[in-house]
Amino acid sequence: MSRLLVSNGLLLDPVTQSVETRDIYIADGSIIAIGHKPDGFIAEQTIDASGLIVSPGLVDLCARLREPGLEFKADISSETVAAASAGITTLCCPPDTDPVIDEPSVVELIHRKAATAAHANVLALGALTDGLEGQRLSEMAALHAAGCVGVSNCRNPVANTLILRRAYAYAANCDMTVFIEPDEHWLSAGGCAHDGPVATRLGLQGIAVSAETVAISRALELILETGVKAHFGRLSSAHGVELIERAKQQGMDITADVSAHQLFLNEMDINSFNSMCHVLPPLRSQRDMEALRQGVRDGVIDAICSDHQPHEPDAKQAPFASTQPGISAMETLLPLTLRLVHEQLIPTYTALSLLTTQPAAILGINTGVLAENRPADICIYDPDQDWQLDTASMLSRGRNTPFAGWSFQGKVRYTLIGGKLVHASA
Amino acid sequence: MVNKASRRTNPLIGNDSWNIQLDSKGRLKHLLTIEGLGSEILTSILDTAESFANVNQQRVKKVPLLRGKTIVNLFFEASTRTRTTFELAAKRLSADILNVNISTSATSKGESLLDTLQNLQAMLCDMFIVRHSDSGAAHFIAGNVAPHISVINAGDGRHAHPTQALLDMFTIRRNKGHDFGRLRVAIVGDLLHSRVARSQIHALNILNTGEVRVIAPKTLIPTDIEDMGVNVFNDLESGIRDADVIITLRLQKERMQGALLPSEHEYYSLYGLTAERLCAARDDAIIMHPGPINRGVEIESRVADGARSVILDQVTYGISVRMAVMSMVLGREPEAADAEAHA
Repeated sequence: MSRLLVSNGLLLDPVTQSVETRDIYIADGSIIAIGHKPDGFIAEQTIDASGLIVSPGLVDLCARLREPGLEFKADISSETVAAASAGITTLCCPPDTDPVIDEPSVVELIHRKAATAAHANVLALGALTDGLEGQRLSEMAALHAAGCVGVSNCRNPVANTLILRRAYAYAANCDMTVFIEPDEHWLSAGGCAHDGPVATRLGLQGIAVSAETVAISRALELILETGVKAHFGRLSSAHGVELIERAKQQGMDITADVSAHQLFLNEMDINSFNSMCHVLPPLRSQRDMEALRQGVRDGVIDAICSDHQPHEPDAKQAPFASTQPGISAMETLLPLTLRLVHEQLIPTYTALSLLTTQPAAILGINTGVLAENRPADICIYDPDQDWQLDTASMLSRGRNTPFAGWSFQGKVRYTLIGGKLVHASA
Repeated sequence: MVNKASRRTNPLIGNDSWNIQLDSKGRLKHLLTIEGLGSEILTSILDTAESFANVNQQRVKKVPLLRGKTIVNLFFEASTRTRTTFELAAKRLSADILNVNISTSATSKGESLLDTLQNLQAMLCDMFIVRHSDSGAAHFIAGNVAPHISVINAGDGRHAHPTQALLDMFTIRRNKGHDFGRLRVAIVGDLLHSRVARSQIHALNILNTGEVRVIAPKTLIPTDIEDMGVNVFNDLESGIRDADVIITLRLQKERMQGALLPSEHEYYSLYGLTAERLCAARDDAIIMHPGPINRGVEIESRVADGARSVILDQVTYGISVRMAVMSMVLGREPEAADAEAHA
């Protein structure tokens, strides 16, 4: 029996919205008691969390680990170590790997590699259509049995709306949540920046907001008809937030997330052809960014994810449109979200709820809370520590971030997964 | 909102894209875009070009200003006019010039743009003149070459074509005088895909042009182009009314494929510059075109070859303007940092 005590930490419970100094008693991977010492408990290891905040481990709804298929960029081992250092205990990888996650063997490979690396729980989404090609249904029941927590077609198009409707219906039949990255392919193809004044000035091909909103509108109608459980990921526009808000008000059971970088950057940041800001969906206007922030504040947006996409240096070394989109973002997920607290947009417990309890609920997993008999997936951070992001000290293999040199407050000190200490820093 | 103080942009691209073209003394080190340049720099380029225009009239059209300098014409996209006028300009300044045409197929063999650059840089040259199909390519190259090398943008994607805009300003100045404030300039055609138009708009506004208009069907007008300081017209006749200068842009035939336009014929019927339509403009209006022209698509032959057309003058002035830019960029006293890089 491995027994561990986290003592004197300031427990922050996003569910009860309480903050109290309490001890956590852990045995065999689970939290067995909070606040009161169980009879006969003798800790083999004690973590002194005085002055630190103890939170559920972070649950990241979208992180690409590049394995299988793109191991020259990163792999499950490198990225889960980075996740642990960032307080992320569970992450969900989308199915656009190579080979695509459209059959159980790929899911098994990912689970096996993650278990060997043993630094984060890695969940997989299965492909909605075979090979993500938008033509035939994937074997969703088999993917479900293999442990996929949902299905997605990522940003790959399903051109035929009838196929999309059937895919949603079949997903509902398999009790699988559909994870939608809203993008109308024909409106975004070839684009690399928000269709606005900056793209016009720089001569970059724009992606109109309608690429997102047409896709959301089409999906909403099909969700309504098929009754599938759906999650919208990586919103980028004010109008997109509005559509989600309206659908929720009408009683639809849907959820949504935004990537952390969309809350801090906008089209102005690509001004110098800064390829680190080349992301999809693109960084939109200041007004869109403000609306996303309001969506986070008002609860229209249920989770903040990293949308982690590590790249090798060469991927960003070319003229803007020819660079590969994406940010290596796990290590800035908590720091950026805490910045929303410092900027007084949301209170700390809301910030942590957006990173833990709510994404866990979207995935239907039993972590994301600090409670007895739940897995001891815990993130312990120093809320006062000031630091600056130095890309050289990043643990992800990808150092592609536009946040290099940014100052942050709050740094992860310990991360536990299933009661095991997987990260500790001074 | 965003803490600018805590930001550091990508060091490979430079901390301020518009100022990477100026050296520490505010002199032109690269010419990548017109945007962000002051009217003094623009005017001094035009004045210098004026003096070279006289050289070009002499029997011996050569000056020894850039003797010993090596210039590479690095063209990733086909070009005749721009490449040859740069070549001629370099030769008249007594520089050595090397033409390197890199078809897209060569780079698709796997060599990255950066690799290509490093190879050419190893040949010890002083200046790259770059044309590339990607917007931002010239900025990328300027941010990645050795510090003693200057880069001149000869057209990048839809972004910029600064020497073309400068020679257009030179042409306007020669015909209409130095006071741009009195002028109404109309640019007609495919604004969406035009790097020439973007650079012209910046230049015209920096020189305080009275009014800059753009005229095109809604499918060829870029989103929020008004933010660049232009008035948008979708109708040719009202757009050119009382204009002093009309610049027509080339319409590429592939625009019919992306459903931007139904046919060349319909485009000509709505936006073709004909002698008849020209009556709406001022009597002394001049007609310009960056070339190559499509007769019967964007312009009627009678107009292109008519008395008000200055299209061939533009080509001639292109040599003087490019001589001016090259001599100003390469003729600078070396900076301390440059000297170190050489050592």
